[in-house]
Amino acid sequence: MSEPPGTTVSLADAPSTDVPSKPLTAQRVQPLRRPGRWLVTLVVLVLVAQFIHGLVTNSFYQWDRFGYWFLRPTILDGLVITLEVAALSAVLGLLGGILLALARLSKSPVLRAASWTYVWALRSIPLIVVLIFLYNFSALYQTLSIGVPFGPAFFSFDESKLATDMAVAVVGLSLNEAAYAAEVVRGGILSVDQGQHEAASALGLPKSYQFRRIVFPQALRSITPNYVNQLIGLIKSTSLVFYVSLLDLFGSAQTMGSTYPGDIVPLLLVVTVWYLILTSVVSVIQFYVERHYARGATRSLPPTPIQKLRAGVTDLRARIRREASI
Amino acid sequence: MTVKTAEPLADITPAAVEVHDVHKWYGAHRVLDGVDLTVRPGEVTVILGPSGSGKSTLLRVINHLEKPEIGYVSVNGELIGVKQQGGRLKELSERAILAQRGRIGFVFQNFNLFPHLTVLDNVAAAPVATGRLGKPEALELARELLGRVGLAEKTGAYPRQLSGGQQQRVAIARALALRPGVILFDEPTSALDPELVGEVLAVIKDLATSGTTLVIVTHEIGFAREVADRVVFIDGGKIVEQGPPHEVLDEPQHERTRDFLSKVL
Repeated sequence: MSEPPGTTVSLADAPSTDVPSKPLTAQRVQPLRRPGRWLVTLVVLVLVAQFIHGLVTNSFYQWDRFGYWFLRPTILDGLVITLEVAALSAVLGLLGGILLALARLSKSPVLRAASWTYVWALRSIPLIVVLIFLYNFSALYQTLSIGVPFGPAFFSFDESKLATDMAVAVVGLSLNEAAYAAEVVRGGILSVDQGQHEAASALGLPKSYQFRRIVFPQALRSITPNYVNQLIGLIKSTSLVFYVSLLDLFGSAQTMGSTYPGDIVPLLLVVTVWYLILTSVVSVIQFYVERHYARGATRSLPPTPIQKLRAGVTDLRARIRREASI
Repeated sequence: MTVKTAEPLADITPAAVEVHDVHKWYGAHRVLDGVDLTVRPGEVTVILGPSGSGKSTLLRVINHLEKPEIGYVSVNGELIGVKQQGGRLKELSERAILAQRGRIGFVFQNFNLFPHLTVLDNVAAAPVATGRLGKPEALELARELLGRVGLAEKTGAYPRQLSGGQQQRVAIARALALRPGVILFDEPTSALDPELVGEVLAVIKDLATSGTTLVIVTHEIGFAREVADRVVFIDGGKIVEQGPPHEVLDEPQHERTRDFLSKVL
């Protein structure tokens, strides 16, 4: 630049080299070319194609046997067990987690210590050990009684009757789940702004109302993604109940696999696809739950896939119209 | 359209707010050092002071968001947070303290509206939760109060969709929904953009003229001059001087008051 600093140079006056016919102001900006991006895309596409090709053509997977097993009643029965165990443990685990989190955040040092110890112990013991331990519970304690320690029992019942395999599975998974859920819930409660507690308290809202209607709904926004993560782990953990002789999805496939050893691979594929479906369903539910609890947190809610599609189409139309007009 | 909150003045009427020899420490730091303050019913008191002088803490002691270590506070003749038993002061249960707070309005610097509730539900929440009104009556009251602060058409909005000034006006309506005997304002305009300060001050001024007892911590000297019946200057956890605005603001007796006013005016 030969001009002294401070002199404004209009774009239209700037020397143009390749398109002398049009002034610069009337030109469209050419997007930056990204050859590297095209190369990476090509490599990824080739790898994906190879993988799909292998999946379809490799006789190792025996897709015909997969089709045979996918909706077999034994597999579906197992799926129902998996769903029941997972759903019950998820609900009980979350309730336990909320109680443990409240205990941990309470002013009572005894409750805080008890909650901390529980979480510490249950997070340390492998789930499979908890399950097998509970399975053998009836051998350790003949009757389970509820009452004052060393004192009178308020009521008691025969352990072996209670300890159906299902109960063992649900109790074991819930105990484990509660320990992790406690930390998720506690994190969620701590994420709520201190000003919210103060405002609720300054308005004289009763303590339980403060938690149920003010703090917890806001905490759920950060609890949801973390708890869903936990829930997906739980769904897969249900495959461990096979070791307490409960025939869940994985257990059924495992049993069928030992009866039909040639079908082990397609059976594992059946199990894989079902777990993929379960996780996908949970993810979709997660999206809508998160959207629900985002009310008020953002100025506008995140769009649903259908809204996104509509917006995309409108965008594209506008773009085509713009391109055509230039 | 005035909400009748203050009792008619009479000689036997107890002070709306009485702060008696209150001391408060944060760890080793003394925030309040023997504060005595009496606010008469219907009076508008503005508390001024440099930052860190203890003025916000004093306000928070009045509705027991902060517990004083020594001294006591009473509102409309009722001890706050404590009871007298056998010549001693005993701490009240949390439930009783919450019930007392329900008779004292508090407006925060940062509004602290509940972001997950609509504006209408924010205002209606407290009367419903404390069992004073049924849901329909509470919603009716909330609509009326939102109309009074000029937000009748925003009832369905969520707080974050509003400007700061609108949020603070909702917060004032929320405090009014308790039909409080006293309303405490903790720097109600400090978090606002300058052009939004006026709309909030106008609402507070409207309350002041309608005879509600107000205690306001603020930095708006001009506003203090206009609405205050009494200005209290506080520094180092102590009340340095107090009196009608024209005395304290125009002819301050104390060096520290003069010093502070010369900086903010």
